[in-house]
This record gives sequence, structure tokens and C-alpha cells, in this order.
Amino acid sequence: MSTIIENKDTIITKTSGFPSKDVMLDLKDLKKVYPTPKGDYVVLEHLNLQIKKEEFVTIIGHSGCGKTTMLSMIAGLNPISEGNISVLGKHIKGPGPDRGVIFQAPSLMPWMTALQNVMLGVNQVFPHATKAQRNDIAKYYLQKVGLEDAFNKRASDLSQGMQQRVGIARAFAIKPKVLLLDEPFGMLDSLTRGELQDTLIDIWNKEKITAVMITHDVDEAIFLADRVVMMTSGPRAKIGDVLDIDFERPRTRKAVLEHDDYYKYRKHLIDFLEH
Amino acid sequence: MKQSVTLGKVTKFMGLGFLSTFKDLFTGKLEKEDYKAFLRKVIVPVASVLLFLGLWHLGAKALYNVEAEFRIEKALNEQGQAAADDMAACIASGDTSCQPNTLPSPSQVWTSFQSLLNDHALISADKAAFKEKTAALNEKRVAEGKDPIVYTGRPSFVDQIFRSLKTVFAGFFLALLIAVPLGIFIGLSPTLKSAFNWFIQIFKPVSPVVWYLLVFMIVKTLLIDSSEDSSFSISFIAVGLCSMWATLVNTSMGVSSVDKDYINVAKVLKLGNFQKVFKIILPSSLPLIFTGLKITLSVAWMVLIAIELLAQSPGLGLFVWEEFQNGANDSNAKIIVAMFVIGIIGFLLDRLMLSIQNWVSFEKTDAI
Repeated sequence: MSTIIENKDTIITKTSGFPSKDVMLDLKDLKKVYPTPKGDYVVLEHLNLQIKKEEFVTIIGHSGCGKTTMLSMIAGLNPISEGNISVLGKHIKGPGPDRGVIFQAPSLMPWMTALQNVMLGVNQVFPHATKAQRNDIAKYYLQKVGLEDAFNKRASDLSQGMQQRVGIARAFAIKPKVLLLDEPFGMLDSLTRGELQDTLIDIWNKEKITAVMITHDVDEAIFLADRVVMMTSGPRAKIGDVLDIDFERPRTRKAVLEHDDYYKYRKHLIDFLEH
Repeated sequence: MKQSVTLGKVTKFMGLGFLSTFKDLFTGKLEKEDYKAFLRKVIVPVASVLLFLGLWHLGAKALYNVEAEFRIEKALNEQGQAAADDMAACIASGDTSCQPNTLPSPSQVWTSFQSLLNDHALISADKAAFKEKTAALNEKRVAEGKDPIVYTGRPSFVDQIFRSLKTVFAGFFLALLIAVPLGIFIGLSPTLKSAFNWFIQIFKPVSPVVWYLLVFMIVKTLLIDSSEDSSFSISFIAVGLCSMWATLVNTSMGVSSVDKDYINVAKVLKLGNFQKVFKIILPSSLPLIFTGLKITLSVAWMVLIAIELLAQSPGLGLFVWEEFQNGANDSNAKIIVAMFVIGIIGFLLDRLMLSIQNWVSFEKTDAI
């Protein structure tokens, strides 16, 4: 469990003290301000978070607390007001394929086939591979997400769940250093959501790409994560609490649900969210 | 996945889905629940066409009577009872010299249509004969380096339709070549957008007549040395300039309003500008570009008539104007024939664009 040191309006979380060479993603004193006619609106302030290599972190918090703002800042799609973000010790400058994003909406190009959508990224990241090699990479990841029969279906002809599977394949296929997931299953029904969580965790167990995922779903947060980061409500949102999830990997949903600690974790998160 | 192409699919694709109901009717495949659809899609339109023809017939007859009575009355007042009786007899006999000249009835229009077709057959035969007669002579003239003799007789109605179509497509492609690239640049760059905005806002509402006059001023001077007939160039350029605005506005709107998610994907993948434009921005704005092109083609067809009339460029517009000036007994009927031909061709052009749009874009648009 993390220790929390509280200064007047700063909360610095010191996660169980791992050496700096193991840090993949480092957010330092991050701040986001939107200027409005009535003065500055501070969304995030004094936000500090370190994420280890091969760690899966979920971020939970109330709607509008600035989770998505934080994630899009990490992705480089939203400018940083103060502080900095570094990947493997290097400050980020704008978006790039070292940080793959799975968006809330599948965001596939509807006029392209599933394969073409994945190839769009693969072509960009592996420009020196042969056409056949790139095709193989794209097909491999589409198979991994269970779409071996839908390579040549147009994205507009796929169901929402299948579209998000393509989104997952597209993000993994570019082999990013960090994977950013912005409530990727929020728009799906609970049955499909469960299936996609399984797909995601299967492929993640093989690739072990450092992942940061935003979610509203407490069970999803526990099932997928090594650590759950809880954010306080905005404005001036920051990290309120961090919970380590000590289930073994690979996990199965059944084992997690039957584990003694599961309800303890769940209660912890719900208590945080209700206060 | 291969899809079989059936008649039903093709007709539906072209926005002519109602035709497949006819096919089902003749092949006896109609199910019980299809009768309602059959009633709505076939019986109701046919009935409304018949009703329209009936009202038209009655209206034309009423107007005919008004005009006939006026003529008899006039003869009575000016020349006395005997002249009035003569006039009444003359009108009743169907003599062309004294027929009331008013809205023609459906049957008169149909007769005129057939006579226009006969006329076309005659002129075509004449043209073929002329070509045969001058073939040897022309060969000699060409060999001597002179211009061949060409047929200069009057064009038939069908020739004029094709001439009009040629003008409208030339104008449409001019509009496409100017408006689509310009629209893309304006949509991509806010600077260009503010540079061109006043220009678009001011020139968009300008009437076709004024465009014609502007093009006339410029082309006349440019072709001052040329002895060639400039009416075709003037009319197609004017048609293009009149009709390009819808495509320009729609293209720039489509390009500047690409879904933000797609742009974010492009940013995350760090696509180059070329890839961003050709792989993401253009495909996603195709539906709007085609909506613009569809409006452009129908506007082009609509303004064509007025512009041909002004430019004295052979075509349906000139045909209508000449018939109006001509004032012959069947002129009115011929004008109505031209009206229907213009309407039907306009409808077919619209369907043509719709099927191209359905073919190239990812959003399926239903026919309205």
C-alpha cells in the first residue's frame, strides 16, 4: 500500500519506492489550466504519478474530474500548462506512436477495412518492413483480438464491440511503449464489455505493454490493474489515493471474484468514490 | 465477401427501388403484406399522374374556351354577327389559322412530341444523305488543305438535347476542377478561408444572367481574333461559374469538419500531411463533396436554359426561346414538351449523381 504525505494543498504519492530505471512514465507536478472569461479554470494541479515498466494502472474517479484531460496530456493531444511528462526519462513533445491510444469511441476510419485500419498504423511505425511483413503483423493482432474472419470487412459494417477490438489490435500492432486507454469499453453493453476485458488482458499478458486505463467501472478497475489510482473531484483534481492490487497474473475472472481480498479492494474504492 | 449483383440491388442502388415492385408483380412473387407496399409505391403514383393529366386537360380546355369566346366576341363587336359565326365555325373546324393559342392539352403535347421525333428522323436522314453526297468532295478538300464542308441545316430537337447535355457536362467539369481543389485548400487552411470568405459570400448569390454577361465580356475579348463561334465556350463557362459554389462551400466544410477522433488518430500515428489528406481527410469528406457536386449538377442544368437563351447557344434553352418567338400553332405544345424533357433529364442527372455517390462513399444515402 502506498504512503501518502499531505502538504497544505499538495498530495504526493510515493509508490512503494521502485528504482528510477524501472520508471516508464513519469508525471511531475502536472497542471492544466483552461483560461475562461471569468478567470482561469484549473482542471488538474500538483499531479504526480510514476508508472513502472510492464505495469497496468487503472484510473478511477468521478465524471468531469479531469481523468480524460490527464490521459490526453500524456498522449500529447492536449498541451501541458505546467509540469512535465516523461517516457523513459525523456520529456514528451506532442503526440507520437510511442504512446498508443485506444479511444472511447472506436475511431476507426469507416471507409477502410479492419485490416486497412490496423495497417494505417503499422505502415507508419514499420516503414522499412516489407509489405508482406507488415501485413503479417496486422493480421497477427487482428487474430489475437478474435477477428480472423473480418480482415476485409469495412469498419462501418462491424458492430461496436468488434470495432473496439480493431481499436485494440491497432494500438498493440504499433508496439507502443505506453498504452493509453480512455474508457475503451464505456459504450458497450456489460456482456460485450466482459468479453473485451478478457481479450484485452489476454493480449496484454503476452505483450506486457505499460498501460494506463481510465474507467468508471470499479470491477473493471480491479480485474485489470496492478494499481488503481483514485482521483479527487475537480476542479484542481489530483491523486487522492492509490490501491495496489496483489492478485497473481495471469488472472481469471473467476479466481479474482472468489479471492478473499476482492471485496476488501472493492469496498476501498467505493468508499473513496462515495466521499 | 462477394455480393451477388441482382436487378433489385442495382435498381435500389440507383434510387429506383420502386421498379423491383413491378418485377415482383409480373413474376407473381408478391406476398400478402406486399400489397400495401404495392398500393403505396405503384397505385398511388400512377393515380396521381392520371389525376394530374386530368386536371391539366380540364384546365387547358377551360383556358381554350375562354380564348375562343374572346375571339368570337371580338369578331362580333368589330365585324358583326356574320364574322362571329365564321370565327365560331373556323374554331370548331380545327383550322390552324384561327385556333386559340393558350395552354396546350396533354394530347396536343403528345402529338408535338411525336412530331418532334419525326422531325429528328427527317433531319437525321437529311444529314446522312448530305454526308454521303459530300464525302468524296470533302476528301478532296482535305487533301488540298481546305476545310471540309459541314452540314449547316437546322438542328433537330434531339440534337439540341445532346448539345445542352454537352454544355452542362462541360460546365459541370469546369466547376469540379475549380471548386474541389480550391475547397480542399480553403478547408485545410483557416488563413485561406478568411481570404476567400468574402469572395464566396458576395459571388454566391449572383444571378446566372449576370455571370453570363461577365463571362461574355471576358471571353469576347479573349477570342477577339478568332472567327469561331464563342457561344458554346461562353455558355459552358457561365454555367460552371454559376454552379460551382455549392461544391466549393460543401468541400471546404467537409474538409474542415473532419471528425476530431480521426484527426487524433492521425496525430497519434504521426501521419504525414500527404497521408493525412489522402487517407483521412478526403475520404471522410467525400459524402459532403458529393452532396455539393449533386447540387452543382442540378443547378448547372437549371441555369443552362437561361444561359443558352442569352448566349444564343444551340440547345434546349434556345429551342424554348425560338418556339416562343415563333408563335406557330404548336409552339406552346413544343415548349411544354421541352419542359418535360428538361425535368426528366434533370431527374436522371440527379439519380446518376446519387448512384456515383453511393458507390464511392461509405455512408449510404437513401433516395428522396
